[in-house]
Amino acid sequence: MLKKDISDLLKKSKKWGWVLEPDAQRIFSLSGFQTPMFDVATGPEEALRIVRKIGYPVVAKIVSPAVVHKSDVKGVVVGVRDDETLLAALARFQQIDGFVGMLIAEMVKGLELIIGAKNDLQFGPMILVGMGGVGVEIYKDVSLRMAPLKPRDADNMLDELTAKKLLTGYRGSEPVNLAALKKTLVNFSKLMMDLQNVVESVDLNPVMCNPKSCLVVDSRIMLK
Amino acid sequence: MNLKPLFEPRTLAVIGISSANERHPANVIFEKNNHRYPVEVFGVNPKGGKLHDEPLYERLVDIPKKIDLAVIAARADFVPDILTECIRAGVKSAAIISGGFAEGGRQDLQDRMVAVAREAKFPFLGPNCLGLFVPFRVDTFFLPIERMIKPAPGNVAFISQSGGILVDQMIKFTQQGVGMSKAVSIGNKALIREIDLLKYLLSDPVTKVIAFYVEGFAEGEGREFVLAADCSPKPVILMKSGKSAAGHRAVSSHTASLAGDYASFAAAIAQHNIVEAANEQELVSFCEVLSSYTKPIDGRIGIITGSGGHGAMAVDAAAVAGLSVPEFADDLKASLQNGLNPSIRSIASMGNPVDLTGSALDDDFVACARTLAASPEVDCIIVLLLPYLPGVTLDIGVRLSQVQKQFKKPIIAYVPHVEKYNMMIDGFELNGTPVSPSIEGAVLMAKGLMRKKPC
Repeated sequence: MLKKDISDLLKKSKKWGWVLEPDAQRIFSLSGFQTPMFDVATGPEEALRIVRKIGYPVVAKIVSPAVVHKSDVKGVVVGVRDDETLLAALARFQQIDGFVGMLIAEMVKGLELIIGAKNDLQFGPMILVGMGGVGVEIYKDVSLRMAPLKPRDADNMLDELTAKKLLTGYRGSEPVNLAALKKTLVNFSKLMMDLQNVVESVDLNPVMCNPKSCLVVDSRIMLK
Repeated sequence: MNLKPLFEPRTLAVIGISSANERHPANVIFEKNNHRYPVEVFGVNPKGGKLHDEPLYERLVDIPKKIDLAVIAARADFVPDILTECIRAGVKSAAIISGGFAEGGRQDLQDRMVAVAREAKFPFLGPNCLGLFVPFRVDTFFLPIERMIKPAPGNVAFISQSGGILVDQMIKFTQQGVGMSKAVSIGNKALIREIDLLKYLLSDPVTKVIAFYVEGFAEGEGREFVLAADCSPKPVILMKSGKSAAGHRAVSSHTASLAGDYASFAAAIAQHNIVEAANEQELVSFCEVLSSYTKPIDGRIGIITGSGGHGAMAVDAAAVAGLSVPEFADDLKASLQNGLNPSIRSIASMGNPVDLTGSALDDDFVACARTLAASPEVDCIIVLLLPYLPGVTLDIGVRLSQVQKQFKKPIIAYVPHVEKYNMMIDGFELNGTPVSPSIEGAVLMAKGLMRKKPC
C-alpha cells in the first residue's frame, strides 16, 4: 500500500501528466531514498532564506509544469556560490514558460548514474541502470531487467555496464558504495511495482553515488 | 483446460470436407490422417455423401464414437456455431484452421468463440493456424503429404505464431537431424496461447526442449510467460520477430527511450532463463544442442581441429558469441601431446585450438578429446572434423560420443552435411552428440549451452 502522502502527491500531479520535481523528490524521500536537502522559492526573500538554511554551494532549478527537460531551456544552474548569482538565476527562471518556483538544493558529489523505470505493455515495470547525466542517450551504457529485482539481478545489471570499472574505482577515482547502489536499485524496483498502475516511466537522473551513499539528485515521474 | 485430447487424440473429426474440391484443406487433412496415423478419422459435411469410399457424417452427433479432436476448416461465419456443436456433442478439443477472424477484421467472431469455449473449458487452437503435428499420432497441417518434410521423432517441441515459419523450421530441423516431439501452429492464439502450451509441455515426458516463435505478447502476458519459464528444468528457447518496430509514441523520459519494446523483451526473457535465438540458424543450433545437453556451461571452449584454418575461424566465431578459448596450461599441453601417435607428435600444435593436422587418425582425435574432457580448463569441446582426411574413419562419431558420455562434458562436432558423409554424421547424432553443418553453427551450439542456471 502506498503511503497517503505519496498518493496525494500523485493525485495532485495528474492534471500535468507528470510529477513536478519537488513533488517527485518528496515521493522518493518519503519512500526511504536519500535525496539532497532542498526547498522551493517563488521570490527573492524566500530564496535567500532557503539558501541560508542549506548553505552554499547550491544548485538552482526551474519548476514549471511546462518544462519536462530543464536543461533544454537552460533551467539548471549548478555551483551557485553567492546571492547575486542565485537571484539572477531566479529572475531569469521567472521569465520561463509556466514558472511556479525555483528549486534550491544542496550540491552533492559523486559518479552520475541513471536509474529508471518503464511500464512495459508486455512485461510490466522494467528497471534500468546506467551511466547518467545528459549524455545517457548518447552512450547508452545501460542495463535492463524486469521488476521486482532480486539482489542477484542488481549484481548482474551492474556487471553488464561497460563503465563497471568506474563504479569500483578506476585510475585513482574513489569507488562508489556498491551496497548502497544495489539497495537503491532493489528498493526502487519494489516501489515501481507499487506504482505500476499510475506511473508510465521514471528517470532518476542523476543518482549521485560516492563512497558513502547514493542520492537521488533529480527525478522525473511521467504518469499514465 | 485439458490439452491431452488435443495432443494425443484417438479419434479425429474433420469438419468442412468438400465434395467438389480435392485440394480443400479439410480433404487434405482427412486423407493424410486416414489409415496413415493410429487416429481414427471421421469426415463431416452437412450434406453427407462420401469422400472416395468413406462415408461423410452430416452432423457431429451422428459419429458413432466420442471425438477427441475436431479439425475445423469451414468458412469463418460458420465456425462459432460449429464450435458450439462440438461442445454439445462432447468433442474434447479443436484446431480451427479457418482464417477470416481477428486478422481479417472479424474480432467479433473470434470473441464469440473464445467466450463459448472458455465457459465450457473447451480447448481450441487457432483460428487461422495449421494446428499440430505429433509424430506417429496426428497431423492437421493442410499440406499434401507428399510435400511435407517431417523431422524424425525426437524431443524438441516447437510452438509458432506463424504456420509458415513452423513448416520452414521443420525443414531445417530435418536437414540438421533435430528430432521433434510436437509442432504446434497457434495462429491468432485466441484461446490457447504460448503460456498454456509451455505449461503442458513442461510436464510432457517426450519433450525435453521447448522452442517458440513469437511475434508479441498481449498486455501483461510477457511477464506471466517468463515467470512460468523461469524455473523450468527444460530449456526454453525463443525466437522473436518484430524487433525493429519503432515506437510511435514520442517518449519524454530517457528510460522509456532506452528501454524500447524489444530491449525490454530481450532483457526480460534473458533474466528468466529463456534462451533467445537471434535467427533461424541460432534456433536450430540451440534446439539441437539443448536436446542433447541440458547442463549450463560457463563457456570455456577447447577446440580440436584437423585444419588450422578451421580452428582460426572457430576462434573468431567464439569471440563474437561471447565464448572464451583459453590458452592451455603447460602440463595440459604435454598430456595432449603425449596422447598422439608418434607420426604427428612433432607437427601437431597443442595450443587452443589443438591442430592435429591432416595426418591425424581417429585415435588422435579421441585421445585429445579424452584429455580435454578430463581437464577443468575447458567445459565444452568442439571437434572440427574433416571427413575427407585419410586417417579419419566412420567410427569417429561413436567413439567421441563415448568420451562425451563417460566424462559428462559436452562435445559438439562440425561435419559438412552432404550425403556422402551421412553415416559419419549418424555416428555422432544417433549416439547423442550434436553435429553442425558449419563451423559457426558448432560455435553457436556452444553458445546455446551458456544459459542461466535454472533456479
